[in-house]
Amino acid sequence: MSITEILFWFLTAMAVGGALMMVTSKNPVYSVLWLIVVFFAISGHYILLNAQFLAVVNIIVYAGAIMVLFLFVIMLMNMNADNEPQKNIWLKIAGMIAGGCLLLVFIAAIRQTEALQIQKVNTGGQTGLIHLLGKTLFTDYVLPFEISSVLFLSAMVGAVVLGRKGD
Amino acid sequence: MPINYYIFLAIALFSIGVAGVLTRRNAIIIFMCVELMLNAVNLLLVAFSKMHYENVVMFNPTSPVGTEAQLFVFFIMVVAAAEVSVGLAIIVMMYRNIHSVDVNFLNRLKH
Repeated sequence: MSITEILFWFLTAMAVGGALMMVTSKNPVYSVLWLIVVFFAISGHYILLNAQFLAVVNIIVYAGAIMVLFLFVIMLMNMNADNEPQKNIWLKIAGMIAGGCLLLVFIAAIRQTEALQIQKVNTGGQTGLIHLLGKTLFTDYVLPFEISSVLFLSAMVGAVVLGRKGD
Repeated sequence: MPINYYIFLAIALFSIGVAGVLTRRNAIIIFMCVELMLNAVNLLLVAFSKMHYENVVMFNPTSPVGTEAQLFVFFIMVVAAAEVSVGLAIIVMMYRNIHSVDVNFLNRLKH
């Protein structure tokens, strides 16, 4: 077992375990912290896949900005495990069964696909490095890049308008 | 590493996200499960961007093959960041109006 495989299984266990803990935690603050664990595991997977730029962006954007926003909102609303709304147990079991059925259908479909069995992930090359990505982003994809800045502006205006007090 | 392992990992994370959306009532937790599903799909896209082109990369390591898929993931992250800011603003507004983030109180869409 090579070091890559050991790291792969460690990060996979970390991601799946963190996701399960996130869904089952009673306290919303713990849910946010477990989701941060999942995001770090996914960033580790990006590094294993030789996509360093996306790994760094994932940590900065998701674990750094988005999760802090979530934590801030949860602490602002003063949520804890005591006033956490709970569904009744049958609805929970039905939801778990529905999610499990989705998992089963997907896995059965992928296991039947013969074209995917021989494919391997090839981590060589310099595709994930920032100079190739940046060159393509600022030549071929410069228009979507500019449009995304307009999207950010509209999201900022929308958040300010929605969060305003009064009316 | 076979591509199947990454597909199964992404499927597991996505299904956990779906189960979380179906079993929780707190709007913020549901929103976090949606983020988890987005990240599972991102991981799958990055894995697929590394699937082909083995011969191309072997002979020319600096060729930009597979760059488009990673830029696609980058734009998904951009859109997700904008989505989270607006979504959390909506949840805060809802909390201010009905003093709860329970989605069962939201089914009438008014207070």
